[in-house]
Amino acid sequence: MDLILDGIIKAIKLLIAGDPEVLGITWLSLKVSGTATLISVGIGISIGMIVALTRFPGKKFVVSVVNTGMGLPPVVVGLFVTIFLWRNGPLGFLDVLYTPTAMILAQAVIATPIVMGISIAALQNLPAKLRLQILSLGATRMQMVWLLIREARLPLMAAVMAGFGGVISEVGASIMVGGNIKGYSRVLTTATVMETGKGEFDVAFALSIILLVLVFLVNYLFTLIQQRERPR
Amino acid sequence: MNNSNSIISVEDIKVELGGVSVLDIPSFCLNSKEFVSLIGPNGSGKSTFLLVLNCLLKPVSGRISYRGNDILSRDDVIRFRRRISMVFQEPLLFDTTVYKNVASGLNIRGVKRAEIHERVMRYLKWFNIEHLAHRSARKLSGGESQRTSLARAFAIEPEVIFLDEPFSALDPPTRHAITDDLETIVRQTGITTVMVTHDQSEALRMSDRIAVMNVGKIVQTGVPSLVMNNPVNEFVANFVGMDTILEGRVEEALDGMVTVSVAGREIEAVGRLQPGDKAYCCIRPENVAIELRDPDDLTTARNVFPAKIVDIDSMGPFLKVTLDCGFPLVSFVTREAFASLGLDEGKPVFATFKATAVHLIQGSEQKF
Repeated sequence: MDLILDGIIKAIKLLIAGDPEVLGITWLSLKVSGTATLISVGIGISIGMIVALTRFPGKKFVVSVVNTGMGLPPVVVGLFVTIFLWRNGPLGFLDVLYTPTAMILAQAVIATPIVMGISIAALQNLPAKLRLQILSLGATRMQMVWLLIREARLPLMAAVMAGFGGVISEVGASIMVGGNIKGYSRVLTTATVMETGKGEFDVAFALSIILLVLVFLVNYLFTLIQQRERPR
Repeated sequence: MNNSNSIISVEDIKVELGGVSVLDIPSFCLNSKEFVSLIGPNGSGKSTFLLVLNCLLKPVSGRISYRGNDILSRDDVIRFRRRISMVFQEPLLFDTTVYKNVASGLNIRGVKRAEIHERVMRYLKWFNIEHLAHRSARKLSGGESQRTSLARAFAIEPEVIFLDEPFSALDPPTRHAITDDLETIVRQTGITTVMVTHDQSEALRMSDRIAVMNVGKIVQTGVPSLVMNNPVNEFVANFVGMDTILEGRVEEALDGMVTVSVAGREIEAVGRLQPGDKAYCCIRPENVAIELRDPDDLTTARNVFPAKIVDIDSMGPFLKVTLDCGFPLVSFVTREAFASLGLDEGKPVFATFKATAVHLIQGSEQKF
């Protein structure tokens, strides 16, 4: 019991002091996971849109594959990204293994199917005739896509939140492709794993609290955007 | 077919679904300021035809032209769609306010803000939904939603409006109220309209022309009284259901009772029309009885006409007897009654039906 209490007290002290190393770790977490989410939103929503709105043979199979991808274990992703980025791997020439770039890449691979899967469900959930209605209002294809995205904005924002939540809390792939290098590729989750392993519970606590607050703040922001302009 | 008055004309339109032909229209022409109703059973291709006319569904073959110019490229299609609008059976509103829904077609066209405001307010008022302007479209009743959808379609001030059973999901009182408002607006604007409907009285009341569809083909087209009274085949006759539809004019109206003059005879009916109104008296054959003597003091029927049997058709347990009372009247008689009355072609009889058996439809003056 003392262990927990001590941990919390030390954590709060650490937070108030504004330790530069902790701040650096926090900022990198936000940067890596934010960028990865942005990439996954770009790919996930656009491909999700195509899958949801077009008819092609094997569509059900594709949707199943995407849905399976939503539960992709981060360590598996970490393994494959490592192999790809390994010096003599297919993407070895990029020379980005054990850098934040590699972490962004791995996290984007994890988040993309999540965003895509929820986007497909969201867009398929719109009334089938809505597209015809939008076109009959004189919309161009781009205007139609934009109006459909607006119409599905609640579940699409949920897709973004799920994607971000999936990668900010992920640790396996980040350690494998980032290496948890101090002051370079150390993020909140990898640092927490390390500090806990060392028995430094107070630091681990502080990092965990920061992680929770961060996730909360980002989701709160998304929720504000999501619920904006909702008429009464 | 290529008259200068035509807005949209189609030729040799064929639509297939999984190799099966679902629409086959050799030619159809929509004239300016015309109100056309497409009627027919489910699956007859009415809605499919409407989608083709809208350029929302590409036929496997055929030509669609707008004011004499074929619609070919994607740009042609967009340009064409910006001159028409469509209301579906479901309101299909956007998840925003009523105001923004009505403005959406104008926003798509890049109309200036001030003009959007002016037009949206005008059409909200026309459809009696001004007070709902800032309400969420998700919180409207069925009638209010469909009014919003109609206002959205009219706000772009299209040349042609397409209505795909816009009222069929509404309860009868709501439906009547909206139909009344729509009719007024269509009359005032003189907008060219194509409406798909199941409701014959709706079609009869509003149309200049009715096209009856079956299995993907137009089986008959013409002015409503022609289609209703002179069906080209059994299918149309059965589909329109009312074997007797008589055109007349209201002579007298008192306490909900109306006297309609039809071909010089007077038919008593229950209804709320005014003297001078054009009216259609629709009488179902099962409501018409045949007597040998003048039954004036024997029954409570308000309408008795001396008649002559001109035709007898077998309809299973019934016989369909067509009478000439100065106007044509159809009656269903059981085989038993037919035998016991000793009926036969050419025999003089009396036809009777109650005032309540007459379905009155107000005809419109501007039309027909």
